[in-house]
Amino acid sequence: MPTDFSSFLRGWLTVAIFGTLGLLLAGLLLGLSALVRPKRPTVEKSMAYESGVDPVGDGWSQSQIRYYIFALLFVMFDVEAVFIFPWATQLERYAGFGLVEMGVFVFVLLLGLVYAWRKGVLRWV
Amino acid sequence: MSAVFAADIPYWGQSLLRALGGAVAVLLPAGTIVYVFLFKLMSFMQSRLGPMEAGPYGSMQLFAEVGKWLQKEDLYPDRADRFLFKSAPLVVLLSTFMLVVAVPFGPDAIFTNFDNGVLYVLAVSSISVLGILMAGWASANKYSLLGGLRAAGQLIAYELPMVLAVVGVVIQAGTMNMQTIVVKQNAGSIFGWDGIGNPYILTQFVGFLVFMIAVQAELTQAPFDMPIAESELVAGYMTEYSGFRFLIFFIAEFATAGVFSLLASTMFLGGWGLPWSWFNWGSLDEVHNVMNVVGPLIMVTKMMLVAFIIMWARFSYPRFREDQLQKFAWKFLIPVALGNIAVTSILKVAF
Repeated sequence: MPTDFSSFLRGWLTVAIFGTLGLLLAGLLLGLSALVRPKRPTVEKSMAYESGVDPVGDGWSQSQIRYYIFALLFVMFDVEAVFIFPWATQLERYAGFGLVEMGVFVFVLLLGLVYAWRKGVLRWV
Repeated sequence: MSAVFAADIPYWGQSLLRALGGAVAVLLPAGTIVYVFLFKLMSFMQSRLGPMEAGPYGSMQLFAEVGKWLQKEDLYPDRADRFLFKSAPLVVLLSTFMLVVAVPFGPDAIFTNFDNGVLYVLAVSSISVLGILMAGWASANKYSLLGGLRAAGQLIAYELPMVLAVVGVVIQAGTMNMQTIVVKQNAGSIFGWDGIGNPYILTQFVGFLVFMIAVQAELTQAPFDMPIAESELVAGYMTEYSGFRFLIFFIAEFATAGVFSLLASTMFLGGWGLPWSWFNWGSLDEVHNVMNVVGPLIMVTKMMLVAFIIMWARFSYPRFREDQLQKFAWKFLIPVALGNIAVTSILKVAF
């Protein structure tokens, strides 16, 4: 199994190639579609859809803050996950020590979750 | 690439082959899942026939659909943010293509061999959230905005159980390399008995369940389809899309379903491999070259099985409420996944 630096870079090159491929494929199909599809814009067609009645006010209306709090919680736990992964690969080496160490780490984070829970942040209001 | 290939194909040729394989690996599952499951299986579960006119047994229906969508007018709402509106479907499709890169299909039939493949997969899979938020915001439509926000809230909430469920597999395999995870499963043994290797679904069954539920939510399939809840939000973030841009969203959705099924079978069901004890293979180098052809077939079979489970749940359950959705993720799935990690790591150290 090649693990040298060059094959590592080539792996990312493959990622770039695949990304380009996805965009190219979509672009090609959209281009093909542009050749055959009609283009007859009217005022009614380009109006924002609001169940058939004329749109009221601006499309970018204000919305609830609750999504923001969940996003904050997510950042906390996602960073936690990033720390867990390298630990998980090396658990065999660290054995009991690693176990206790991660136990403390996860416990502190769980305290955070419990705090948020008790505060009622996890309730969808 | 194997010795046979590497000797006579230059690097650009290999890249071309990979790109071709990647396009097949994205589009074939998408088409198969849409036809077999969405058109036919769904119909049979609801006591009807599904498409029957186009071709024998409606088998040409997909081509008819693509032909139809190609001819649809491309509409923009006049207030929309044009650039974001146009690029949002592309971002979602890009995420799918970058996701399939990490899936191994055989001993040499791999696109990349990242040492942190699992982390890469989890990172790339969340790019689609950006695309969906872009679509929801750029449409300048209240339904779209609500759908986009709901989608973002749901996808980040279920990203966590998915990430934590995979940690169990990483602990057992001791690596984040997808290929090595497959090797460990097929070369492994259950208490010394190596008749079927050691597919992690047996030891990580809780992890598998959490992973599949999270995948269901990530794909916004019912019962987790609030972002496109058609009875409340018309079509959520896709409300203003028409013509081929809508179809790109649709293709990406089902291609991602296919790729997530491939990932689930790689990490939990043994991937492309057959139990090595059947053939007396000792290491990856001893695996017969024919597995490069048989492996993808095995992967497609497993993908269809996993995708069937996803679709079965989709056709069977009614939609959750939005508060139930968040509660389920934060108060049930995450503690369960953390408990799974704790038990797995303790058992790993104990044995």
